[in-house]
Amino acid sequence: MSAAQAGAGTDLANRKLPPVAEIAVVSMALVIVGGIYMAAHLPAHPPLGLAEVLLVLAAAVLVANVVLVARLRDFAWASFFLVVKWSLLAYLVIAGMLEYIFVFDGTRGQILVVLTCMLAIFAVNVPMLLAFSVARYQPVP
Amino acid sequence: MFIGGAFAALKFSATPVSTWYIYSGSVWGPELSVKGARMTDVVSAPVPGGVAVPLDHGGPPGATGPAEPFQIVPLAGLPIVAAALVGLVVAIAFNALWGIDFFHVVSGALWTGIDLFLGFIIGPIMGRMSIPARVEFSKRLMPKMVLLMPTLVICTLAAGWQLARHEGNLLTSSPNHGWVVASMVVVGVMAIVAIGLLEPANLAVLFELKKPVPNGPLIGKLMKRFIYTAGVTGAMQVATLIIMTRLASR
Repeated sequence: MSAAQAGAGTDLANRKLPPVAEIAVVSMALVIVGGIYMAAHLPAHPPLGLAEVLLVLAAAVLVANVVLVARLRDFAWASFFLVVKWSLLAYLVIAGMLEYIFVFDGTRGQILVVLTCMLAIFAVNVPMLLAFSVARYQPVP
Repeated sequence: MFIGGAFAALKFSATPVSTWYIYSGSVWGPELSVKGARMTDVVSAPVPGGVAVPLDHGGPPGATGPAEPFQIVPLAGLPIVAAALVGLVVAIAFNALWGIDFFHVVSGALWTGIDLFLGFIIGPIMGRMSIPARVEFSKRLMPKMVLLMPTLVICTLAAGWQLARHEGNLLTSSPNHGWVVASMVVVGVMAIVAIGLLEPANLAVLFELKKPVPNGPLIGKLMKRFIYTAGVTGAMQVATLIIMTRLASR
C-alpha cells in the first residue's frame, strides 16, 4: 500500500462529520417506543397523547437530520444515493407490510394516521442512516 | 437481529497500517467508484480481491486464481424473498391460521437460531481464521444476510402479530398480554441495535471490501460493534425464547 493510499484511508476513517447516524438512531428509537406503546393498546383505542408527542419529536429530529445531511460538503453523494435508493425500496416494503397488517386488522382514523406517520419516519430514517454510514467512508470524487 | 456475521476481520485493527501490503494487484474498484455504479453490480476480482494483508501472513493457495463475483445485494435471492412475502400476505389475507403459525414459527426459529449461531459459534471461529479466509467468508456470507435477516424478521413480526390477534393475546384482558408486550419491547431493543448499529456497519464493511485496497483498520473498527453488541442481542434472543415458549405453553 502506498503512503498516499494509506493516508487517504485514514483520513476517510477519521474525518469529522455531523452526528447524522446517532441522530437517526434517536429518531428511530422514538418511533419504535411510540409504536410499541400504541401496539400494546391495540385493538382497543390507545391514548394518543404520548404517541403524538413521540411522533412530533421523531419528525423534528428527522427534519434536523435531513438538513444536516443536505448541508454536507465534500461528501460521496453517488454512494449515498446508491444506498438510499435500494434501502428505501427495502424499508418501504417492510413498512408497507406493517401498514397492511394494521389496516387488515381494522385500525382506522387518527390511530392509523399516527401509526402511518411513524412507519413513514422509520422508512425514511433507516435508509438515510445506512446511506450515510456507507458514504462517509467513500472517497469524495 | 443479525448479531453475527461477525467477528471477521477483527484483527485488522491490531495490525499497523504500515505492515499492510497489497495481496493481489488486480482491481475492481474503478467500476464502483464511478457515478452510476449499482449495489447489484457484479464485479470480479481475484481472490481475495486486492485485499491488503500483512506481509507475514501467507495467503491461501491459489489466491490469485480465477475471478470471484461479489454482489452486495444478491439479485438471485430477490424472487425467494418476494415469494415468502407474497405467501405471508396470502396467509394473513385468508386468515389461514396454519400458514400464519408456519410463518411465525419457522421464521422466528430461523431468526433466533441463525442469530445465536452466527454470533456465538461462527463469529469466534471466524475471529481465529486467517485474514484472507475471513475476508472471503465475509464476502460470501454478508450479502446473503442482507436479504435473509430482514425477510425473516418481517415474516416473524407480521405473522406473530396476527397470531396474537387470533389467539386473543393482544387484548389487555388476556393473561398473556404482558408477555406479548414484553416480546415487543425485546424486538424493539433488537431493532435499535441491529438497524442502528449492526446493519450500517455491515454495509460499510461490504463497500470497503469492494475497494481495490480496503482499509483494514477501518474494517476492524466497524466490526468491533459486533462484539460490543453481541451480548445485548444474544440476551434479547434468549429472552425471546423464554417469552415465546412461555406463551406457547399457557
